[in-house]
Amino acid sequence: MKKTPLNEEHRNLGAKMVDFGGWDMPVQYSGVLEEHLAVRKKVGLFDVSHMGEFTVKGPDALAFIQHVTCNDVAKLAHKQIHYSAFTYPEGTIVDDLLVYRQDDNEFFLVVNAANIEKDFDWITSQSGGFNVELKNVSDSYAQLAVQGPEAVKIIETLFGKVAPQMGYYWFDYVTYEGSPCILSRTGYTGEDGFEVYCPPSVAVRLWRQMLELGQPFGILPCGLGARDTLRLEAKMCLYGNDIDHTTTVLEAGLGWICKLDKGDFIGADILRQQKEEGLERKLMGFEMVDRGIARHGYPVFSEPGGEQLGTVTSGSYAPFLEKNIGLTYLPVEKAKIGTEIFIGIRKKTAKAVVVKTPFYKRQK
Amino acid sequence: MVPNDRYYTKEHEWIKVEGETGTIGITDHAQKQLGDIVFVEVPEVDTELEKGDEAGSIESVKAVADVFSPVSGTVTEVNEALEDEPELVNKDAQGEGWLFKLRLEDKSELEGLMDAASYEKYLEEEEG
Repeated sequence: MKKTPLNEEHRNLGAKMVDFGGWDMPVQYSGVLEEHLAVRKKVGLFDVSHMGEFTVKGPDALAFIQHVTCNDVAKLAHKQIHYSAFTYPEGTIVDDLLVYRQDDNEFFLVVNAANIEKDFDWITSQSGGFNVELKNVSDSYAQLAVQGPEAVKIIETLFGKVAPQMGYYWFDYVTYEGSPCILSRTGYTGEDGFEVYCPPSVAVRLWRQMLELGQPFGILPCGLGARDTLRLEAKMCLYGNDIDHTTTVLEAGLGWICKLDKGDFIGADILRQQKEEGLERKLMGFEMVDRGIARHGYPVFSEPGGEQLGTVTSGSYAPFLEKNIGLTYLPVEKAKIGTEIFIGIRKKTAKAVVVKTPFYKRQK
Repeated sequence: MVPNDRYYTKEHEWIKVEGETGTIGITDHAQKQLGDIVFVEVPEVDTELEKGDEAGSIESVKAVADVFSPVSGTVTEVNEALEDEPELVNKDAQGEGWLFKLRLEDKSELEGLMDAASYEKYLEEEEG
């Protein structure tokens, strides 16, 4: 199994470890509830070194990323970031990613750990005719995420004024013990926070120092368990659950990253057609009305004993909201706030209601 | 902490018998394995359970665990406090976090269960 540079640290902190797509990762330290609430109210520290990083450089770098992703890269200023997706010709999703614009024709892409090879093979296969240099630099970076309302104070102590001055979805270059790092105001929790990409050689010292600096603020090391409940409350999609090669960008409710007027890109024709003709199904959030927790893969029905509409793509107890919530694709006629649906929870059927998302939105 | 006033199953349930009534819960070891418990489902009163029947479920944020009845009998009482406070199972799995009580049908079924010493040994083997 693959290990991040912080594997030993997690074990020493008493983390419960799990196999996450071939990576030996911490699922929790003190407990998912406590870790989740630390991020919402104070600050939490995550090891997300398993994430993949690519660099794209060359005279055609901008044109190439325009071609393989659906968001409009031309709109990005230097040191600005956006959320995007690699698309298939069917308008479905290879992976979701963050695009960092380093220069006119220099980009840094951050992709899901489980998709690193698939993504790199895919973009390589699509690069014919483009003068670009693609590199998979995943092994050159560890990644730490400091998330929560107090995160900015810890990052400011480490890296100075650049932290409080940085806007959401912007980045800059910083150094830690003389090593170059990328610092961005991003995250997967729905909370304010930062992510630091650093050389693996300094990861342990940076991790320890962040925990030390965070102590007065009540920092907790947080595992993948809390990462999942936090992102679900904020209705951020999880590749492999809520989005994949069978769901289009528009069906997933990601129209805001799908710039159909930017020019051609892979899948644009189908997506334009889908937009024009209307969608057949849409990813919607629901809240349980009856007792029970909906989980990934549970069937969704129109009524007890009725027609199956789909399956739960993500579902969990929401620790901050103290509700049971989930996501599912629904036919458009059912995809309306207030619609009652029914979740098959093992032997029972429990009522749920379609609600507005995100389930949780931070106060700015 | 394995109290010696009750019996244990390989699925980490305990049953404490007083007269004809058995009180059933999950062990401290089981609650630790599950993590933060956020949902408990118990059987309805008057449900007739066979030994080994699924009697309910306990869910943590990340996991679902079924609860099996250690013996046969009829449910006489359930711990209603768990509906609002499922975390009682984390706090006191072998006391206030009990799940349900049943009237035993056949006390000889208890002979097939483990006592505290055997359960402790079983835990060591499972972890070893």
